[in-house]
Amino acid sequence: MTQLHLCLLISSALFCIGLAGALARSNTILVLLGIELMLNAANLNFIAFWRFGPSPAHATGVIFVIFSIAIAAAEAAVGLALIISLYRHQRNIRLQDAVRLKG
Amino acid sequence: MTAILAFIALVMLGSAAAAMISRNLVHSALLLALSWLGTAGFYLWAGADFAAFAQVIVYVGAVSMVVLFAVLLTRQNPVGDVLVEPASRKRSTAALSVGACVAAVLSAAVMSSSFPPASVAAPTATVKQIGLELMGPYGAALLIVGVLLTVALLGAIVLAASEPERNPEDAP
Repeated sequence: MTQLHLCLLISSALFCIGLAGALARSNTILVLLGIELMLNAANLNFIAFWRFGPSPAHATGVIFVIFSIAIAAAEAAVGLALIISLYRHQRNIRLQDAVRLKG
Repeated sequence: MTAILAFIALVMLGSAAAAMISRNLVHSALLLALSWLGTAGFYLWAGADFAAFAQVIVYVGAVSMVVLFAVLLTRQNPVGDVLVEPASRKRSTAALSVGACVAAVLSAAVMSSSFPPASVAAPTATVKQIGLELMGPYGAALLIVGVLLTVALLGAIVLAASEPERNPEDAP
């Protein structure tokens, strides 16, 4: 087992923790955080493949991760704004209560 | 080298799992900041310094603060949701089994695949090299990400700041 295998195993474990959290919790903030964990696991994979890949001539992995972090930051901002808007609307942030699309 | 990786993985996975289990939202947010710090440690371990600092600034600095603000703004009872209903228990079991199944599939796929051997020299990405690549071949992507961030943050402000007018029969 090489170190690349180890890194990939770690990142799949992080992905599954995020997946289980996003599916299990009924609090919208925790679901969003679970999704963030899954994104982080993908970033770990980029870095691992860049570090242990066969031809690491360019900084491709690092640049991919930087763009991915930027997208994740935008996603977190919009998601939390949606959560605050949901809280204004229905006075709690339980996912089970958010069953209407009508504003 | 592997011992450091094991320690980083322990911090990262342990705090992530504890954050997902914890019933106190503030604890969850702080534990997730610890987990993101562990991710930054992994980037440092792999030699991607710039990505590690970007992770610390964006996640540990900014996103965790935004999450904490959202938690405090939407909190109802300070002790957290103490009552556990049976439906939630059932959903947790289902989610755990789904997570375990996905983990099994992913680890089987990782273990059964063979990768080309790593290059002898560890790759280096100096800040100068990253800057030149961002300004050169990835310039268009950088511009698009800038536009996307602007639009997303403006949208977030519009979403969070606009007070909906309430119907009288809708009142709580």
